[in-house]
Amino acid sequence: MKIAWKEYQKDIADDNYFYARSCIRQNFFPGSEAAFLNILRQDLGRDVYEDPRHTSCTGIGYHSDIVPLETIMTVVARQFSLMTEAGYENFVPSCITSFGIYSEALELWHDFPELEEKAHEYLYKATGREFKKPKNLAHTSDVIYHHREEIAAKAKRKLVNVETGRPLRGVEHIGCHYAKIFPKAGVGGSEFPYVLAGMIEAWGGEVVDYPERRHCCGFGFRNYLVMANRGYSIANSKQKFESMAPYKPDFIVANCPGCAMFLDKWQYAISEMEGTFYGPDRQGIPVLTYEELAGLVLGYDPWDLGMQMHQVAVEPLLDKLGVEYDPSAKYLGKDGKFIGKPEECAIGSYTKNIL
Amino acid sequence: MVNWGYTITRVRRVDIDSNDMSYSRKLLAEFPELQSCIACGSCTATCTAGNLTKFNVRKLQTLVRRGEYEGVRKELEKCMLCGKCRLVCPRGINIRGLVQKLKKELPVK
Amino acid sequence: MSKKVIIIGGGVAGMQAAVTLEELGIRSVIIEKEDGLGGKLRRWDRLFPTMTPAEEVLDELKDRVQRSGVEVMTSCEVSEIGCEGRMVTLKDGSSLESDAVVVASGFDLFPAELKEEYGYKIYDNVFTTVDLERMFRNGGVRTVDGRIPKTVAFLHCVGSRDEKVNQRHCSRVCCITGVKQAIEIKQEHPDTEVYSFYMDMRMFGPGYEELYRQAQQEFNIHFVRGRISEASQTIDHRIQIKAEDTLIGLPLKMTVDMLVLIVGMKAGESNLRWSRCQGVDLYPSSFVKPKNLFLGGVESDSKHIFYAGTVTAPKNIGESIDEGIAAAHRVAQRLKEE
Repeated sequence: MKIAWKEYQKDIADDNYFYARSCIRQNFFPGSEAAFLNILRQDLGRDVYEDPRHTSCTGIGYHSDIVPLETIMTVVARQFSLMTEAGYENFVPSCITSFGIYSEALELWHDFPELEEKAHEYLYKATGREFKKPKNLAHTSDVIYHHREEIAAKAKRKLVNVETGRPLRGVEHIGCHYAKIFPKAGVGGSEFPYVLAGMIEAWGGEVVDYPERRHCCGFGFRNYLVMANRGYSIANSKQKFESMAPYKPDFIVANCPGCAMFLDKWQYAISEMEGTFYGPDRQGIPVLTYEELAGLVLGYDPWDLGMQMHQVAVEPLLDKLGVEYDPSAKYLGKDGKFIGKPEECAIGSYTKNIL
Repeated sequence: MVNWGYTITRVRRVDIDSNDMSYSRKLLAEFPELQSCIACGSCTATCTAGNLTKFNVRKLQTLVRRGEYEGVRKELEKCMLCGKCRLVCPRGINIRGLVQKLKKELPVK
Repeated sequence: MSKKVIIIGGGVAGMQAAVTLEELGIRSVIIEKEDGLGGKLRRWDRLFPTMTPAEEVLDELKDRVQRSGVEVMTSCEVSEIGCEGRMVTLKDGSSLESDAVVVASGFDLFPAELKEEYGYKIYDNVFTTVDLERMFRNGGVRTVDGRIPKTVAFLHCVGSRDEKVNQRHCSRVCCITGVKQAIEIKQEHPDTEVYSFYMDMRMFGPGYEELYRQAQQEFNIHFVRGRISEASQTIDHRIQIKAEDTLIGLPLKMTVDMLVLIVGMKAGESNLRWSRCQGVDLYPSSFVKPKNLFLGGVESDSKHIFYAGTVTAPKNIGESIDEGIAAAHRVAQRLKEE
């Protein structure tokens, strides 16, 4: 981490973003996307535009061999046409797989201009729309990274253990589609990625550089989707947990919706299948999105950030950070109504001062 | 423990850190010429058993050197002990002797 | 007035070229950018395959230079070759006239940090072959915190045969260097387990294959055919490596106390400057292209520019010294013709 990442920098637009949401996150981390918009608009005073007509990028289908290239290129072209129509040039997707898809489309069009022609043609024939390519393509985490110092300046708390005064140790996971396909598209490249590490450091925490840091979480789309293949999806996450556990990380922050979901939920699955826990006291390692991390730093309420949706209980981390929260409000919705509660399990529930 | 219809796949990589290397070390001390194998494959190319079954003596001895013993002893049953492997080896390794040694020393597993 | 030849570079090839020219009655001047003669050899401890101390070769060459009365300019760098070898310009802006130039500017060591997946200059216990020579000279091989390593892994072909770093060529001498250093570690610490990860072992010189076999059979060095894909640091500052043992077709993981990257030869950065002079062409690898690979290995397309040593391709020390002799004779012949 001493030098290498500095070689890889990318242009990240400073303002006026066209925002595209993620399928997985809207279901599993809905609070994160809301937090992104709040942080950008309210805390940082930036302009973010959303168009309700935008769709899935169909990346999951593409990577599962059910959406062909021509189709996904046309979907990408349509998203860009919405951006063009709204007068924006900076495209910001909220998903690593989408980011990979958009990067791949732009790269393909650059290398094979005839494919770009086809995309224009298909889109026009199907919808009568036209599009311009974005001037700047950045992932939502790039945008948070870009503003990390500004966030640090407005921070209500640091990533520091309030009891011991020590920096909290964070494992970061950038996800394969962020920089393994196009290393130059990622801050810090793929071997020593800095996009999340930069946030952790800027906000007072310490980054854990553990041996399996670069290893895939194992999601693998078609691998997870077919039940018989889930065994080797989960084995990849397990390899990472085993490698990071000796460092006693206080949290994991993930870049990719799929990674965040699997690093969180596989901890539960492993605990139920094998009785293994990677945190202390039969607890897991809390898995956060970077918006949740930024939100906590900025003083957002953890339940407003949607952290009750996590499989691994986040309370141990909240206690270390000194975040005040109301345990009885965990499963209450915005309107104060009970939203339902998952069944009790060791990794998902936490009582303070458990010994 | 819960069963969701799948298990956690065992990692199949050779893990030198956790493998028991003691037999590998003993074998190489007693049979140092084994290290000079350059994997030319002449032994397997000429092997009577190797042409009829998946028996691959070059690969088997490499597995043993890496501390991977499981199934090797059973696989060695396929060797017909003709000795042609030793005859063709450009490094002069007594492969037939190695097979006999391994059959004597490796656990039947 | 006697003829004068400028030798660019005071490594082994340049020193020998100068000495041979003096023997042939031609005045020569060595221009060396470092503060002393010897080039890369100054940083080496012992030489393959005979384990001869590098100093023995270096002292003898320096002695020859001194006895023959060659003029030596150190801490002096040539910036460009002009007029097809009839003059050179120095970095300080001055210029020197000459009757011919022998380019013996050598090679650069491949900067291992470019292969960032191996963590050189990032993780404490990742070293290069050059670092190891320094350790041999300074009393022994130790990890960063001064311990005797219990396991050491060597990785061959770092910066050789690798398109990703624009190094498509084979650097030739690194295979045998790795074998030599592995043996030296075993000689120093017989209980240390040494693993060498390689793609091909290219033992091209006399005694090399024999040394390789000795490394295998006598020193029990584990040669694993497969290239390390990634190195990372463990919690106790050891290095975890991943490779495939391609001969059994399985991925392999192990943790070692030290990882040694066997760095290759990169074309000298100065080659680009030389190529501005008419008659000097470069290969795509940036090594200088001699006039003819078979009949003119030390000559250029310019009548007054000659080559010796690794400026044209990776070579070992003996070959480089011989090229110094060959280049000097070619120069002498050419000057006689004029």
